[in-house]
Amino acid sequence: MDFLVSSFTSALRLIGALSPDVVDAVRTSLSVAAGATVFAAFLGLPLGLLVGLSEFPLKRLVVTVLNTLMAVPTVVVGLLGYGFLSRQGPLGVLGLLFTPTAIVIGGTLLAAPIVANYALASVRGADPRIVPTALTLGAGRLRTVGTLVGEIRFGILAAVIAGFGRVVSEVGVAMMLGGNIRGYTRTMTTAIALETSKGEFAFGMALGIVLIMVALIVNLFLNLLQRR
Amino acid sequence: MKRLSRIPETFLVILLLILTGAPAAAVDRLRMSTTTSTENSGLLAVLLPPFEKKFDCKVDVIAVGTGKSLKLGEMGDVDVVFVHARKLEDKFVANGFGVNRRDVMYNDFVILGPPDDPAGVRRTHTAQDAFRAIASKGSPFISRGDESGTDVKEKEIWVAAGIVPKGSWYIDSGQGMGEVIMMAAQKRGYTLSDRGTYIAFRKKADLVVLEQGDKDLWNQYGIIAVNPKKWPHAKYDLAMKLIDFVTGPEGQSLIAGYKVDGQQLFFLYGKGGKH
Repeated sequence: MDFLVSSFTSALRLIGALSPDVVDAVRTSLSVAAGATVFAAFLGLPLGLLVGLSEFPLKRLVVTVLNTLMAVPTVVVGLLGYGFLSRQGPLGVLGLLFTPTAIVIGGTLLAAPIVANYALASVRGADPRIVPTALTLGAGRLRTVGTLVGEIRFGILAAVIAGFGRVVSEVGVAMMLGGNIRGYTRTMTTAIALETSKGEFAFGMALGIVLIMVALIVNLFLNLLQRR
Repeated sequence: MKRLSRIPETFLVILLLILTGAPAAAVDRLRMSTTTSTENSGLLAVLLPPFEKKFDCKVDVIAVGTGKSLKLGEMGDVDVVFVHARKLEDKFVANGFGVNRRDVMYNDFVILGPPDDPAGVRRTHTAQDAFRAIASKGSPFISRGDESGTDVKEKEIWVAAGIVPKGSWYIDSGQGMGEVIMMAAQKRGYTLSDRGTYIAFRKKADLVVLEQGDKDLWNQYGIIAVNPKKWPHAKYDLAMKLIDFVTGPEGQSLIAGYKVDGQQLFFLYGKGGKH
């Protein structure tokens, strides 16, 4: 217990002092997670809506695959990304390995299935009368989808937030594709892993607290949006 | 629908933040893979900023084990490697992946164990005898098992001692040095560590140095440029500038002057060094 308490108090002191390393890691984490979430939303939301709204053969298979993709370990995505982005890989000429962009790419792959699944679930959970009603009232296909999206907006918001949560909290992709470069690709999670390996538990704990705070703020923001 | 339209706006704002928050891409970046001991000891935080300032560049440090550092060099994913496993380094150069290997500094490995020393390592005088004592007693020994420089060294000592470490006492952890030290303390076992990491951890782990100073425990660090003939994109010129810097007077005096808890961690060749 002593260990936990003393780590915790030094952690609070470090946060209070706003150490530049903490600030850098927080900034990197937030920016790559936000970037990945934006791309994942652009990929995942249309996919989820499309699968949710249309009937086609093998639909159940597609849904199962989407569900499975949610469970892909982050290190596997990291490894895959490494294979593609390494100089010897097909995208090697771009020189993207060990850059924040590489983490954004990996994070997008991680978050897109989550966003798609949540979107799909909200379409399924929506009032089944929305679509026929909109069509009866003379709305076109696009307009109908627009109406549905408006009705399930909280579900869609939750989808995006869940995607963000997956990216901001993972360590595998950030470590393997980012390389944990100080002041450049070091995220909160890779910094925690590093500091723990150095025995700097207080610093790791400080970052852990910041990470939880960030999650809290994001969720407060969601709460606010839902109330309006 | 009107309410929803705010959400894309929010994301636009976030996107703008990302774009403005990203570091300027104009700076030349040099990628260096290195062992965890140079980074974790804090040496690089002292050694690199003066170089970055002098040549107006950024050194991106990717701190992994020596084995993986060299692998990244082989794959062309870094421009320069800074590691500690002489045999692997020579192989790296011989296979045409690296050029201009230079000695940078050295320190030493230590054999750590519980203060009550059940295997009697204190009574031995060489690293090989110490390993023999641990093996014959069957005391827990935690191995890095990750092809890091320390791991390579440990395996060399086992081979030299004529022992194939096997059995429930020999724990192949696959973890970093810090984790291994903590694990050895928890299991009241032995391990081989570089001195720098041990100094950083000695207050956190109940382990003491039981064997040191043997020539088998010498730990030398070298720096190698990735061969530009093999990988034309590698930033060879900048890599050579870094190599010249760390092996030149400015870098060398920074290395010699670096202390943790009043203890010098890395030593220079030819200046009061015994090798």
